[in-house]
Amino acid sequence: MPIANHHSAVPVTVDADKCIADKGCTVCIDVCPLDVLWIDESTGKAHMKYDECWYCMPCEADCPTDAVTVNIPYLLR
Amino acid sequence: MNFDDVAIIDTDVLVIGGGTAGPMAAVTVKERYPDLDVTLLEKANVKRSGAISMGMDGLNNAIVPGHATPEQYVREITIANDGIVHQPALMAYAQRSYPMIEKLDSWGVHFQKDETGDYDMKKVHHLGTYVLPMPEGHNVKKILYRRLRRHRVKVENRYQATRLLKDTAGNVSGMIGINTRTAEPIIIRAKAVVMATGAAGRIGLPHSGYLFGTYENPANSGDGHAMAYHAGADLANLECYQVNPLLKDYNGPACAYVTGPLGGFTSNAFGERFIECDYWSGQMMLEFFKELESGKGPVFLKLDHLAEETIQEIETVLHTNERPSRGRFHDGRQVNYRKRMVEMHISEIGFCSGHSASGVWVDETGATTVPGLYAAGDMASVPHNYMLGAFVYGQICGESAADFAQQRSEFELDKTLIEKELIRLRAPLERADGIPPEQMEYKVRRLVNDYLQPPKVSRRMEIGLERILSVRADLPLLKAGDAHELMRAMEVHSIVDCAEMAARASLYRTESRWGLYHYRVDFPETDEQQWFCHSRLYKDESGAMASGTRPIAPYIVSLGEDKDAYNQLRVKQAANA
Repeated sequence: MPIANHHSAVPVTVDADKCIADKGCTVCIDVCPLDVLWIDESTGKAHMKYDECWYCMPCEADCPTDAVTVNIPYLLR
Repeated sequence: MNFDDVAIIDTDVLVIGGGTAGPMAAVTVKERYPDLDVTLLEKANVKRSGAISMGMDGLNNAIVPGHATPEQYVREITIANDGIVHQPALMAYAQRSYPMIEKLDSWGVHFQKDETGDYDMKKVHHLGTYVLPMPEGHNVKKILYRRLRRHRVKVENRYQATRLLKDTAGNVSGMIGINTRTAEPIIIRAKAVVMATGAAGRIGLPHSGYLFGTYENPANSGDGHAMAYHAGADLANLECYQVNPLLKDYNGPACAYVTGPLGGFTSNAFGERFIECDYWSGQMMLEFFKELESGKGPVFLKLDHLAEETIQEIETVLHTNERPSRGRFHDGRQVNYRKRMVEMHISEIGFCSGHSASGVWVDETGATTVPGLYAAGDMASVPHNYMLGAFVYGQICGESAADFAQQRSEFELDKTLIEKELIRLRAPLERADGIPPEQMEYKVRRLVNDYLQPPKVSRRMEIGLERILSVRADLPLLKAGDAHELMRAMEVHSIVDCAEMAARASLYRTESRWGLYHYRVDFPETDEQQWFCHSRLYKDESGAMASGTRPIAPYIVSLGEDKDAYNQLRVKQAANA
C-alpha cells in the first residue's frame, strides 16, 4: 500500500536561540526514553522528529541552557 | 547480512533493560564476582530509562522491622492476589526488603524519616503498614548510574533486543537485536542472561487515543514478554491484567500512596468515600469500576477539603517526582486541588507484576523455566513488586545469573535461529511500501480495548482473538522508513504477541478472580475447586501458543482469619442510612 505524509503538532519545543546542539550538545537527545529528539540537519538544533512523547520531562530537566519545554500533547489537554 | 557478517560480542552476564532491576542486577554480578564481564543493554539510555526515569515518590512495599514482618507481608499480598501466588518468591522478597532499603540508603537514596530518625512508615494497604515516602526520590536513576560506572559495567545504549539466543543444548546464550539509530544488527553471546525489560505497557490504548500516553513508560512495549515466550519460557497468570486508577486523560496515578496518608481519598461524584482502602488491588479496581459506571460516577480524587499547607505538600511531591508534567496538565484545564475534585478514570490494560501479578514465570531464585535465563522487575511474575521488588529481584537475579555463568562450560550458538531473525529484522526496511508501524499498532491496540478490556465476555474475547490474529497475519507487511521506525515495527511484533497472550490467557481461566482484572461476566464466580492454580502460557512443540496449569506451592505462611479481607473493600452503609 502506498504511504501518505501525516502531520501532527508535537509537544516538545526547543528554543533555537538557547539550544547549543550545534556546538555538540546532545543531552536532550540522549536522555529521551523514546528517542524522538533529533538534530535538525538544516539548523543544527535539536527538534522533536517523532510525535511519540511520554511528557516525562528528562529532556527539559537535563537541558543545560533551559532551551527545552515539554507541553502536554494536544490529544490529552 | 548473514550470520558471518555480524560481529559477535562476548560477555559473561548480559542484562537486558537498564531501568530499575537491570542496573541492580548488573552491579550485583560485579559485587559478587568482580572479574566477570557484565554488559547492560538498554533500548533508550540508562541515565533516564524505565519506569522511574524521573524518580519515585515512595516505596509501596517496604517491610521495616517494628512496623511489619515478612510473614505479615506475604500474608497480605497472598490475600490481595486471591491466593494465587508463589509464596516462596514473595518471602524471598520480603526478607530482603529491609536490607535493600539500607543498601539504597547507604548509596544516597533519601527516604523520609521521622523526628527520631526512624523510617516514617505510612499505612496504605488494607491490613499492614508498608509505605515509605521518599519526597526527594528524584535522584534514584543518577545514583544507579554512578554505581554502574564505579563497577565498570559495560553499557550499550540504544540497542533493542529482539530475540534471545540459545545454544545447541537449549540453554539461553545471549541475544540478537538492532541498533535503534542505525538498524545495524548486534549479537551478544553470554553465559547467562537477566531480562528486566519492564511491563508490557503498550497492549491497550489510552482513552485519549494518544499511542504514547500510556500508564507505563511506552518504551516498555512487552519486548521481554515476547522474547521469553519465543525462547520457550513459561508466562504465568497473564489474565490477571494490570488496570490502574488514573487521572482522566493523564497517565499519572491519583496517588493514594501520596495523598492517602495526608487525608486525600478516592471519592464518587458526591464527595463520598466508597472504598475502605485505596491500595491498588483487583478487588479495589472492581469497586472503582462499579462506582464509575453507576449513577454516582464518575470517580474523583478528593483533596479540596484539605488544609492549604497539606495541599502544598502534595503538590510538591506529585509535581516534581515520577510524573512531573502533572502540574502542567492541571494548569491546562484550570484544575486546582483546592477548588474542586479531580476526575479519575481507569487505565488501559497491561501486564505488570509491579502492581498486579502476571508475567514471565520466575521462582524464588529469579530463574525462568529456561536454563540460563532470569527475569526481574515488572516483567517477572512476582506480584506487587513495585520499585523495591525490582531492586530485590534484580539483586537475586544478579546472584543467580553470576553463579550460572561461573559454572557454564563452552557452548555453540544455534545459527539457524540467528539467520531467521536477521531476515525478520531486515524485512520492514527492504519493502518498497506497506503498513507503517504506527497504523498497525493503533489497530491492534484499539482491538484490545474493544474486545479484551474487562469486564470480559467470552464471545467478545473470541472475536477479539480472531481479529488480533488477522493483524498478526499482516506483520510481514510492516514497512519502516528508517531505523527508528524499524524499532517501532519490531515493537509491533511484541505488542501483537502480548495481545494474543492476553486474549488466550483470559479465555483459558473459566472463572472470575482478582476483582476487575479477570472479571468474566459469564463466569462470575471464583472457582476454588478447578482454578486454585497458576495458569501457564507457553509455546508448545509445534510452535503454537498453549495454556496449562501449575499447582500452587504449599503456603509457608497461613492466611488466618483475614483471608477474605480484600473482598470487603466497599464502605459499609448503615442499615438505616
